[in-house]
Amino acid sequence: MASLETLAKREEKKRKFESGHSLCSGCGLPIAVRTILNSTDGPVVASNATGCLEVATSRFPTSAWNIPWIHNAFENAAATISGAESAYRSMKKKGKIDKDVNFLAFAGDGGTYDIGFQSLSGALERGHDFTYVTLDNGAYMNTGIQRSSATPKGASTTTAPAGEEKYGKQEKRKNLTEIVAAHEIPYVGQASISHLQDLADKAEKAIHRDGPAFLNVLSTCQLGWRIPPKDSVKVAQKGVDTCFWPLYEVDEGEHNITYEPKEKLPIKEWLEPQKRFAALFKTGNEEVIEEIQEDVDEDWEKLQAKAS
Amino acid sequence: MSNGNKEVLTGHQVVANAMRQVEPDVVAAYPITPQSEIVEYFSQYVADGKVDSEVITVESEHSAMSACVGSAAAGARTMTATASQGLALMMEIVYIAASMRTPIVMAVANRALSGPINIHCDHSDSMAARDSGVIQLYGEDAQEAYEFTLMAQRLAESEDVLLPVMVTLDGFTLTHTAQVAELLPDRAVSDFVGEYDARYPLLDVENPTTQGPFDMPDYYFEHKLQQVDAMDNVPDRFLQVQEEFNDLSGGSYDGLFETYKMDDADYAVIILGSTAGTAKVVVDELREEGKKVGLLKPWLFRPFPAEEIKDVLLDKEAVAVLDRSLSFGSSGPLYLEVSSALSGEDTKPRLYNYTYGLGGRDIKEDQIAEVFEDLENPDLEDKMRYIGARQ
Amino acid sequence: MAEFELKKYDEIPIGGVITGGATPELNKTGDWRSERPIWDEDTCIQCLQCWVNCPDASFEISEEEIQGIDYEHCKGCGICAEICPVDAITMKPEGEGSEDE
Repeated sequence: MASLETLAKREEKKRKFESGHSLCSGCGLPIAVRTILNSTDGPVVASNATGCLEVATSRFPTSAWNIPWIHNAFENAAATISGAESAYRSMKKKGKIDKDVNFLAFAGDGGTYDIGFQSLSGALERGHDFTYVTLDNGAYMNTGIQRSSATPKGASTTTAPAGEEKYGKQEKRKNLTEIVAAHEIPYVGQASISHLQDLADKAEKAIHRDGPAFLNVLSTCQLGWRIPPKDSVKVAQKGVDTCFWPLYEVDEGEHNITYEPKEKLPIKEWLEPQKRFAALFKTGNEEVIEEIQEDVDEDWEKLQAKAS
Repeated sequence: MSNGNKEVLTGHQVVANAMRQVEPDVVAAYPITPQSEIVEYFSQYVADGKVDSEVITVESEHSAMSACVGSAAAGARTMTATASQGLALMMEIVYIAASMRTPIVMAVANRALSGPINIHCDHSDSMAARDSGVIQLYGEDAQEAYEFTLMAQRLAESEDVLLPVMVTLDGFTLTHTAQVAELLPDRAVSDFVGEYDARYPLLDVENPTTQGPFDMPDYYFEHKLQQVDAMDNVPDRFLQVQEEFNDLSGGSYDGLFETYKMDDADYAVIILGSTAGTAKVVVDELREEGKKVGLLKPWLFRPFPAEEIKDVLLDKEAVAVLDRSLSFGSSGPLYLEVSSALSGEDTKPRLYNYTYGLGGRDIKEDQIAEVFEDLENPDLEDKMRYIGARQ
Repeated sequence: MAEFELKKYDEIPIGGVITGGATPELNKTGDWRSERPIWDEDTCIQCLQCWVNCPDASFEISEEEIQGIDYEHCKGCGICAEICPVDAITMKPEGEGSEDE
């Protein structure tokens, strides 16, 4: 697996993702994207669902991409890249192309868990050789922080806001990583922008594995999470250390936990710094925090059992 | 037609054969009646090694067109086929395919749009795509569907066009009925369509392109103007492609629409697709009775050849436009085009609009004859008439 | 902010294609900053954490070592200062300490 020095060497050679994009100050998305692109030496072609990453990196006539990159629509990053990958296989067989190329798709949680779910599931089942990357910041941030099925229970969003009667989203989030793993594809990884060596290792495995691979990357949105930009990486770290967002992989069907927190922190440490969870800390909502803690504990135990 | 073989084939088979002969790099499609057999036949050709293409059996038409855009942007020759709800579902991406200038050729087996759900023919599906930026060709019979599919490839990939082309054929009437059709030799077709060289192939990793970017108000308008420009180039290119096709096939295409006994006609009907065949029979019968009647059948609906059609219609007494789809709250889509083409002229024919054949409702020769009879009445009220509907 | 010439419809590639790769020169985001990171070379242990965690790829490197900061693009988020294990980066309000640039 490539060390940080190797990643740096690659970026010195070629900056696949450039400065000069308009993502917010402190945004987690470009951190993940750079690391994933630096995790491979060879040429990659990427599709990108509509979302923050897309609008902020491709405002005509400007671009942050030094790799071939295509945006089609919101819900079809997987179908779009499956078309490009099929074109590649067809043209390579006919001798119209000689290079080895890898394929990536980037999408947010809305573009994956919700509107792009069918497109993703279809592309995984068809077995295209590509890596799908979900940059999960837990809401529709680009359109103004609306609830998605990736929004954690208890978070206040603009469409499931905290108010006099409600504390925010009432439902537990969808466990997409396991749903994707149920497709029995060669490689599935769950990673975070707080652990970039781990992300780079997973991306390298995913990209170089034959067939479909999937990465679910916890990525901070300082606006939606209501945290100072400087805390972007540190808050994501809390997500990992509380086991809200365990780092693990499902490699050829085998679950491996890739990072065990030295001490599993109470869920409050993840919730408290984020003002989107502020309502949970009001008197009367203590139970909700307990429920969230129980959910996290139960999921962590299930994961440990799968990995043992 | 002199070079090929006459065979009895369904519309499905001729279109599948055209696709086989074009040999696209990629076909992405999803099943829907009455299109399915086109892709079934094609998939069998692939399975039998008769054509070297990747077939992406996507999980929806939305993904079909999405994959087609990815494939065509990658630099591959790309085709698909659909109908009705399938076209409606892919509509979002049809617009994008046109805006990204991906020369995808797609067959549309015309079928009514839900609801109520109905699997039979009308033009509500392709008409819903008329403002999407795709070129639309309407075929009367299997032979035209075949030939337009081949010509569409050249038209789509023309350097000053680069737009998707939709070739429509009436569902069931053309798709499922066996007709005598003449296919060109495989070699002749591959020479005719040639190789496709994409202008900005996504797979050119040495020269990375950013495709499908985000436009602010400062550039969206200019990108739309480019599409206008490309559309404007279509008529001339289509005529040029027809000429080259005629050299190959011995055929006689020479226009953006077909005129049938129009030169001295006083009364005319305008019809798209297979019903034009029925209308020709009626024209022949009425001509035998000494009536000066004729038919105009647009091949090209997008772009609409307004000037050329106006020139043919101006000296007529009365014209009936038969639409096989509705634009609720307005007139039929074809009528609106013809009416607009004639607007501003002082001397012009009386113009009437009829709706027929919705959801597969039969239209018979005597019903078309009645339309001609209507046209002879100088006091005919100008209102929408619904042929064969129980009112 | 992004600065570019507005061209006519027939002077740009068709289909919304952007050719020639990335255009960092057209979008200098350094003017978003209210605070700037000041990097102290002497304290730095070259662990590359600031480089890898930077959302704006604004740590200039050569031979896998930090050389300085690209203030034309750095948005001043402060992640680098938070993450640095040896406090080699400090955030200063814009206008102060710019002589360190």
